[in-house]
Amino acid sequence: MKELKLMKGNEALAEAAIRAGCDAYFGYPITPQSEVLEYLSREANARTGMVVLQAESEIASINMVYGAAGTGKKIMTSSSSPGMSLMQEGISYIACAELPCLLVNVNRGGPGLGTIQPGQGDYFQSVKGGGHGDYKLIVLAPATVQEMSDFVKEGFELAFKYRNPVLILTDGALGQMMEKVELFPQQERKFEELDWAITGKPESRPKNAITSLHLKAEKMEEINIHLQKKYREIEKNEIRYEAIDCDDADYIITAYGLVARICTKAAQLARKKGIKVGVLRPISLFPFPYDVINKYADKVTSILDVEMNAGQMVEDVRLAVNGKVPVEFYGRMGGVVPDPEEILKVLEEKLVGVAV
Amino acid sequence: MNERALIDDEHYEHTLRAEHTEIIDRENIVYEKPGTLIDIDMHYCPGCGHGVVHRLIAEVIDEMEIQSEVIGVAPVGCSVLAYNYLNIDMSEAAHGRASAAATGIKRVMPEKYVFSYQGDGDLAAIGTGETIHTCNRGENILFLFINNGIYGMTGGQMAPTTLEGMKSTTSPFGRDVATMGAPLKITELIAQLPGTYYVTRQSVHTANNVRKAKKAIRKGFEYQKLNKGTCFIEIVSNCPSNWKMTPIESNHWLNDNMLPFYPLGDIKVPKNGGK
Ligand SMILES: Cc1ncc(C[n+]2csc(CCOP(=O)(O)OP(=O)(O)O)c2C)c(N)n1
Ligand code: SF4
Ligand SMILES: [Mg+2]
Repeated sequence: MKELKLMKGNEALAEAAIRAGCDAYFGYPITPQSEVLEYLSREANARTGMVVLQAESEIASINMVYGAAGTGKKIMTSSSSPGMSLMQEGISYIACAELPCLLVNVNRGGPGLGTIQPGQGDYFQSVKGGGHGDYKLIVLAPATVQEMSDFVKEGFELAFKYRNPVLILTDGALGQMMEKVELFPQQERKFEELDWAITGKPESRPKNAITSLHLKAEKMEEINIHLQKKYREIEKNEIRYEAIDCDDADYIITAYGLVARICTKAAQLARKKGIKVGVLRPISLFPFPYDVINKYADKVTSILDVEMNAGQMVEDVRLAVNGKVPVEFYGRMGGVVPDPEEILKVLEEKLVGVAV
Repeated sequence: MNERALIDDEHYEHTLRAEHTEIIDRENIVYEKPGTLIDIDMHYCPGCGHGVVHRLIAEVIDEMEIQSEVIGVAPVGCSVLAYNYLNIDMSEAAHGRASAAATGIKRVMPEKYVFSYQGDGDLAAIGTGETIHTCNRGENILFLFINNGIYGMTGGQMAPTTLEGMKSTTSPFGRDVATMGAPLKITELIAQLPGTYYVTRQSVHTANNVRKAKKAIRKGFEYQKLNKGTCFIEIVSNCPSNWKMTPIESNHWLNDNMLPFYPLGDIKVPKNGGK
């Protein structure tokens, strides 16, 4: 029987964490994601025994995640932009030590303290490695409250499949808005001894060490080569995207997250006017669907990339298109959410107008 | 307390000579490497207190027979490679964040013994927030705090615990309290927190002190089973390399300069004797 509920994005995500059998959540309040910590503080421990701890800072929460994830259990944290900035050193350690865990960034408008309104200014930080060194997170960008829930389960699966941190990159609007969501059934919290994890060294195996330290350059290069190989594997297997009305389109809009839904509305308005527009929504931002976009570039006249920032994902779109067709950009910043009409206007001016 | 007699040169030479006497019968052995201490060369400088404290941890783990139940955390600092020396599951941690990592481990593995092993720069400068809040939450972990009054690993910069007037590469004319602040007695500070159960300051610069420190470490592990709060053991230690002294000089200097400011002994003991 389907379990349908009307929920806020942040609450659906928190509920999904409980249902996915998450063992521990460590977090620190910040708008617009505090509902995650609040919901879990209220619900989680009594229902599944999940640990929920409010840390003294995001630096502490990410390092609690680092410690706990070393045991091989299902661990997560969430925050919003300034808090994610504080976490970057810890995330780099986690990526290098190859610890599975789930991170969530409910992106708000920046830079600086910025605004509590939604933003997408953390794209670079999320997909290009916000901390030091060469590392990658698997980055999933939900566009609906349903996906806020589903990606928690999927995120944990990917994290353990690749021993890699997974980031759900969403924004303040999706975190705060209410939608219908079909909840997945409660999964059992069960503990599996993993051969690399620190659980107390029994006689039967050598000691395990969680570390990202390798003083010899050659050894550190070896670790890097291993990580890069893993990232190539992820690129091969885990690309996720949604192509909406792209096959007969003359123009394509690329956008991720909630903005992709607004662009879908703009595309519908365009089609009413006889302009054939499709929307290509990357769901996995790393790995990025370069090949998919490259193939569509053969079929369309031009592409418009729309984001709530000054133009970040557009760099990856341009890399994908590789000069085949013009790629225009439209962005709103500082927490302003664009509406379908303004996107349609930009589309007509920048793409259609040029083509005529 | 004048313990100079115990650390004089003659005593050390005697110890050294003993090492070279012929191998004695196995049943007569009174001193050997604890099983939990891995038999490889340590990178510590000769005479450094880190190696001694590692040995004590290993001895206590062996004596309590808890090797399979211990998880340690050692952050950046000279002891970051502790996981190469102790035959237990361990995690390295970012500079200052050991107690957060230890909190994470203990919260999801409450049945294990968890300890964090941190230097003074780590615990009392960059990680002060984590230290205070971990103790304030009364996490059931053991802190081993190696206070050598200096940043050892990075080459002898001033630490929060560097004594007034003490020279370091970043206080080349001696620590000036007016501009650099006074040395921080973080152990006294955290003893004020209701979350701490057992707080003590020890040293390992004489054989007698080594014995006392070992007893404290054993208590720290034993108390953890009671789930009564944080145990915190400061070890006043040396850094012969960055203090620019021989090991013996450094132990004398520790005795004469560090200990008057950082007096040894229990600061907070369980009311009922830890029962
Ligand atoms: C974020 C960060 N800042 C600075 C450093 C450099 N660093 C490594 S160890 C250390 C100080 C270590 O001193 P202490 O904690 O007293 O340990 P000791 O080596 O003296 O035992 C510093 C500053 C680092 N690794 N990471
Ligand atoms: S630098 Fe100092 S603290 Fe580090 S190993 Fe050498 S003597 Fe010990
Ligand atoms: Mg030090």
